[in-house]
Amino acid sequence: MIAEEPPAETAEHAARLAIRKTYKLFIGGAFPRSESGRSYPVRSASGDFMANAALASRKDARDAVRAARSAFAKWSGATAYNRGQILYRIAEMLEGRRAQFIDEVAAASGDGVSAASEVDAAIDRWVWYAGWSDKIAQVHGAANPVAGPYFNLSTPEPTGVVAIVAPAESSLLGLVSVVAPAIVPGNTVVVVASEERPLPAVTLTEVLATSDLPGGVVNLLTGRVAEIAPWLASHMDVDALDLAGVRDAGLATDLEIAAAENLKRVLRPVPASSDWAADPDVQRMLTFMEMKTAWHPKGI
Amino acid sequence: MAFEYAPAPESRSVVDIRASYGLFIGGEFVDGSGGRIKTVNPATEEVLAEVAEAGSDDVDRAVAAARTAFDQVWGPMPGRERAKYLYRIARIVQERARELAVLETIDNGKPIRESRDVDVPLVAAHFFYYAGWADKLRYAGFGERPLGVAAQVIPWNFPLLMLAWKIAPALACGNTVVLKPAETTPLTALAFAEICQQAELPPGVVNIVTGAGETGRLLVEHPAVDKVAFTGSTEVGKQIARSVAGSRKRVTLELGGKAANIVFDDAPIDQAVEGIVNGIFFNQGHVCCAGSRLLVQESIAGDLLDALKRRMALLRVGDPLDKNTDVGAINSAVQLERIRRLSEIGDAEGAERWTAPCELPDRGFWFAPTVFTGVSQAHRIAREEIFGPVLSVLTFRTPAEAVEKANNTPYGLSAGIWSEKGSRILAVADKLRAGVVWANTFNKFDPASPFGGYKESGYGREGGRHGLEAYLDR
Amino acid sequence: MTATVASNLSEVARSDAALRAFLHGLPGVDQVGADQRAAMLGTRSIKTTAKAWALDLAIRMVDLTTLEGADTPGKVRALCAKALRPDPADPSCPSVAAVCVYPAMVPAAAPLLAGRAHLASVATAFPAGQVPLSVKLADVESAVRDGADEIDMVINRGAFLSGRYLEVFEEIRAVKQACGDAHLKVILETGELATYDNVRRASWLAMIAGADFIKTSTGKVAPAATPPVTLVMLEAVRDFRAATGRQVGVKPAGGIRTAKDAIKYLVLVNETAGADWLHPDWFRFGASSLLNDLLMQRTRMSTGRYSGPNYVTLD
Repeated sequence: MIAEEPPAETAEHAARLAIRKTYKLFIGGAFPRSESGRSYPVRSASGDFMANAALASRKDARDAVRAARSAFAKWSGATAYNRGQILYRIAEMLEGRRAQFIDEVAAASGDGVSAASEVDAAIDRWVWYAGWSDKIAQVHGAANPVAGPYFNLSTPEPTGVVAIVAPAESSLLGLVSVVAPAIVPGNTVVVVASEERPLPAVTLTEVLATSDLPGGVVNLLTGRVAEIAPWLASHMDVDALDLAGVRDAGLATDLEIAAAENLKRVLRPVPASSDWAADPDVQRMLTFMEMKTAWHPKGI
Repeated sequence: MAFEYAPAPESRSVVDIRASYGLFIGGEFVDGSGGRIKTVNPATEEVLAEVAEAGSDDVDRAVAAARTAFDQVWGPMPGRERAKYLYRIARIVQERARELAVLETIDNGKPIRESRDVDVPLVAAHFFYYAGWADKLRYAGFGERPLGVAAQVIPWNFPLLMLAWKIAPALACGNTVVLKPAETTPLTALAFAEICQQAELPPGVVNIVTGAGETGRLLVEHPAVDKVAFTGSTEVGKQIARSVAGSRKRVTLELGGKAANIVFDDAPIDQAVEGIVNGIFFNQGHVCCAGSRLLVQESIAGDLLDALKRRMALLRVGDPLDKNTDVGAINSAVQLERIRRLSEIGDAEGAERWTAPCELPDRGFWFAPTVFTGVSQAHRIAREEIFGPVLSVLTFRTPAEAVEKANNTPYGLSAGIWSEKGSRILAVADKLRAGVVWANTFNKFDPASPFGGYKESGYGREGGRHGLEAYLDR
Repeated sequence: MTATVASNLSEVARSDAALRAFLHGLPGVDQVGADQRAAMLGTRSIKTTAKAWALDLAIRMVDLTTLEGADTPGKVRALCAKALRPDPADPSCPSVAAVCVYPAMVPAAAPLLAGRAHLASVATAFPAGQVPLSVKLADVESAVRDGADEIDMVINRGAFLSGRYLEVFEEIRAVKQACGDAHLKVILETGELATYDNVRRASWLAMIAGADFIKTSTGKVAPAATPPVTLVMLEAVRDFRAATGRQVGVKPAGGIRTAKDAIKYLVLVNETAGADWLHPDWFRFGASSLLNDLLMQRTRMSTGRYSGPNYVTLD
């Protein structure tokens, strides 16, 4: 995908230099560089230079949380039908750029054979979660038969702003598998992309930006997990923390300790060996949902 | 002439308190290796009994007993058999209801009317409810595998009820438990140990270790427990969340609150007044979901406060064993001191204090029902959990302002809405960030109804089908 | 209630629309909450001295009632004797507040009571009230003329339920006028009003129209008096006095048969309207068999033994 060698000139064709993409952050629906002005080189599985990715800073994390919080009221207030449509739209957009993603995933993982199936699985995963938007409350909510003249209904609601460390190995499917379940119930997220393989994630934000997903619902940071995640874990305006991609057990423990300061809901790291292609269950959605139980008397 | 209700004390003779209690481990009472703690009647300051303060070795023994019972008996037992034990326990609680209510009132200070009509019936109902789940877990949607040994630490405000909230779902799912009751209210948990014996519950399925905070810490941090369930302060909840970081332990926390009770101008006023009173003075305000912040629409604030004060003046404060007492004793000297200190801060910050006219007994720990008006969001009495019979009153002008003020807190356990307009109730209920929303009612509890908080009020739910999730491995 | 009520009260009956706007502007009553409040007050435990006091007060509040087609002057005379001296064996036992009879029985009762107890007559074509207004007024006037000093009228529930509040209002006004000096008790027949909201509205409507007492029921419709309905009415008289300065009495009638029930009602009064209403001038029980249970309990308090039906008189 990245033209690393200039194409050979021919007599008919004047030499044309390919246009490279600048891989930036995705915050509040915009594509800023890191406010720190820093970047880091991203290499392919074989070690070749592919691009410079933004090296997000503490302040980028702060801005991303602010953007996620601002987007929360509107996104959580949208109808479930609407959120489902938008997630499905993401799948449509992704399908249209399937070939591009296969190239990018293959370049990141060095595995050209499985890249296609990973991209297909990622597209299908958006579709799967899209359908949950207006079903999770039915499946997980309840009308409770209390012993008295009361209407009593439990409904799951989104927790709020979820900070996510995306899986390190599975650059696209892993990312989709943690972002989609967080946003489908109405949460907004700040996700730290795979540190070594961030490029498919950045390209995915281009899809998100053109899928009617309101700005700020997904915010993507690229950079060092060990640098950014502690700021997210300790941020008092973050409601939940998904440590899926944290590989350093000591760091994961520190992040969980930091998260305790405002009692964030925490998902502990997912083992590196786990198979993201396996069928998911509802657990990731439910971890980032709060059960609200409303009572009202029944009288005339 | 005034209608003076003569004292109508419930008889204490139905309880038989031993001078000294050991720990309940492996199905029998054993001596602890640590010190002793005295538990007192907060209404009289009389020492009721001495209980053991479980130390490290004791906690080890209790966890080991629970592990053995889990591996050998309770884990492998078919759900339908576990169910029968829980039904037995529910029935014995009903049979011994009066004794348990009196014991709870003596040890805790809550009015006998509440322990008799609320706490103990709900305890039996909770066991009855979860008994029925034990052989139906496959339908609940959380898997059927228990987690193992649950470490459970409960507070002093609803001692036996919190025990039921913890033990019933844990046992129904096939876990075994080590439970630590609160330092100041161990007696009903120890009576429950006798109930386990009467029910012939296999040894080690339920273990009760008494003690203070250090015992709780030893239990929660014990490496061999699989699950931690805690109800108590947000401060301790955070410590627990930190202590389990990086472990495989599952945790549920049910912590503090500063609930807004929102009264709109179209509220059913007389029931709203009852709801406000019930919201903050039920159980002396020692309720995590207490409606401690009254948000009243400005246009009716004057009338509502007049009605509230008139109603508060009728509250009967005094001997918790008197069947006519509405507000009992503050649970401990420590808690009384905290209520006094925060109330003084309310005075110092310029809020206006009004105290219900009532005579307080000379001995024991008492605090008269109190309301602060002229409170703003910035006041500490509007932000901090007082956990006592102290209501802070704030006003609002529009529904949006009410919601904004209600949510402007790190807590999110409960909230109240009073309005006769259905669509307004539904819209406001949607916007409130709280785990339990009571509309045109307050402080209602039921075993079938999930309970738990948003934000710093903790995570996980107790009660209902959702309450099973905390004790199952999907 | 609200201070604004007082200033507007004279105005609210100027038209059907205004009256409707006022009555429907009263705060709603949540049925479940009202039921629970009444039930909670029912758990008050009234013992020893408080119970003795309450039993005597309850006796003094009884409107000893007979409202049967089979009533005869003889039956009414016996009832009057019982009213004045409920326990022949115990001169310390107080007499009841009133005897309550049909208009035709008023002449039989009047000379016996002779001012020693009130004489209440139901009127206005009790219990259905389904006669023309002129007949109702004639009914009232005859009862008053024959010696009744209290009139228990029924409201026009049909008009109330179909929203013709002004018609109900004007009828009460007319009856009040016909009463002269006799006290007017307005029976709402709450068992037919269906909701507590309606009970609250009917209470206010009756009070604005001039009722001296508001009364739950005729006793001919089930349910008759219940604690929550009485609670709602006690709230109404409390709020009405706060708004207008005028105190109105409350009379639950029908279905109150035991001393225990009566004491629960007294607790309701004490903790809702307040001690000012704990007096026969402001609270009555419309009952017949209640009196004997009160007497048996009274005996039990004084002797320490349970009494039996053979030890109280049957009139």
